[in-house]
Amino acid sequence: MEISLKRLQKHNPIRKAAGKYGGWLMPISGTVAVLLWWIVTRWSDLPVFILPSPMIVLRRFFEVLQNGSLFWHTSYTLLEVTLGLISGAFLATVLGYLLAKSGTLERLLSPYLVASQAIPIVAIAPLLVIWFGPGLFSKVLIAGLIVFFPVLVNTVVGIRAVPQDLRDLMRSLRATRLQTLRYLEIPAALPVFLGGLRIGATLSVIGAVVGEFVGADRGLGFLINVGRGQYDTALVFVTVFTLVVMALLLYGAVILLERKLLAWQHRPRKQTLTVEI
Amino acid sequence: MTTYTNEALESVQPFLTVKDLHITFAVENGGLQALQGVNFHIAPQEFVCVIGPSGSGKSTLLRVIAGVLQPSRGEVQFSYEGDRDVKIGYVFQQANLMPWRTVVENITLPLELHQVSVEAARRKAMELIELVGLEDFEQTWVQELSGGMAQRVAIARALIQDPDLLLLDEPFGALDALMREQMGVELLRIWQARRTTVLMVTHSISEALLLSDRILVLSARPGRISCDFPVNLPRPRKEDLRYTSEFARMSQQLRAEILPD
Repeated sequence: MEISLKRLQKHNPIRKAAGKYGGWLMPISGTVAVLLWWIVTRWSDLPVFILPSPMIVLRRFFEVLQNGSLFWHTSYTLLEVTLGLISGAFLATVLGYLLAKSGTLERLLSPYLVASQAIPIVAIAPLLVIWFGPGLFSKVLIAGLIVFFPVLVNTVVGIRAVPQDLRDLMRSLRATRLQTLRYLEIPAALPVFLGGLRIGATLSVIGAVVGEFVGADRGLGFLINVGRGQYDTALVFVTVFTLVVMALLLYGAVILLERKLLAWQHRPRKQTLTVEI
Repeated sequence: MTTYTNEALESVQPFLTVKDLHITFAVENGGLQALQGVNFHIAPQEFVCVIGPSGSGKSTLLRVIAGVLQPSRGEVQFSYEGDRDVKIGYVFQQANLMPWRTVVENITLPLELHQVSVEAARRKAMELIELVGLEDFEQTWVQELSGGMAQRVAIARALIQDPDLLLLDEPFGALDALMREQMGVELLRIWQARRTTVLMVTHSISEALLLSDRILVLSARPGRISCDFPVNLPRPRKEDLRYTSEFARMSQQLRAEILPD
């Protein structure tokens, strides 16, 4: 008997709709939103410092783009975010692995780790700026701290979820601890870990901006403060949009990483297989 | 304990010796005795089945022999040529494959752990893929395989390092009855081609009789060997052996040993 195995299209209505309309759904909703915004500014008497029109914001955007100040501040925030994300995620991964492996360590540290999450980062940011100064380091620290927890939790969950049977297999093959890490634990925990990193990527932007609000002389958070102080609301809008774009790009970068590392979840190596039984 | 003697096997130096094995699991109120004083040996190239009621510690016995679990008392000894670790091929109830690896990558895993070159490992894997009948599937992701196909990959993975001992823990337990019979025949063919020493846990009397040279019957918890049952059926065996009167008589005899009234 000859049968043909076609990989079944995963039945997911959202993904299906996104695939079918995704190409033009986004631009249309964006255009409609801008149009509504323009209508509100055109037919209401709101002053410009409350709600500037899209055109004013666009003009302000080109101004700060041309005089280089947007790049000056964006590059600094991006540096803080990147360093915070990398260092926070790295430390969280290492500690997460140790916690997952050692019950004693977990019992020792987890009460503090959980309690630390009850403190809003906004509340301790001023303290960190006082301690470590208004420079780069305090911002990286705040961004790193906010990234730390989701990555830590997902690392612990990911490592703990490695199937016992696969652990038994590695032991029966006399695999070393390092081999078990490399061949089993890392690839098995990767999907959950990357989920944590995706959350961390967007949070790191929040962390950096919070730090800049508290005390800085450069960065997008600082720029928002400047705009607010001068009632330059258009500048605030430009900065907020820049931050949104930055967070989306970081999120997209993690998604790309997922696609590359988790190819096995996304597509088969062969589309059609013919079997002789 | 009922003993049936099998002189041919007693004269050979045993490959595996299990001596006075006790396993106690720590549970809430005291200890749960899973195995209590298990003793047996297996000769080289012998195919031995372990059969017994649920909870008699069959899987636990395999885990101890595989070196995954430490016994509370007693020991497991292997005797073989050369100064190296014993090589064990372990097949689980579920195929237990790594979903992030393709069929061929799953099969080469044991060799990768022992620093065999990728090329040599692949070549060997391709031979085994042919042996278990999975040609053209080597580049497939394992989650696209059916249960029977996945279990063939698991068997190929267990065979790739030419193991000294193949441990099979109800390898076809998760398959449907027809597939199960078919896989039993496949395993018979593979074993007759390779002649590895095998210790297999099963629930099926006919599977045990068709495949093995000897059957160890484990009693209900705490597990100990209540009968060492030789299967003196001629080899090479074929599927139609199941329908002979000799087979039926032995099935009945074995059933009486497992479920004494």
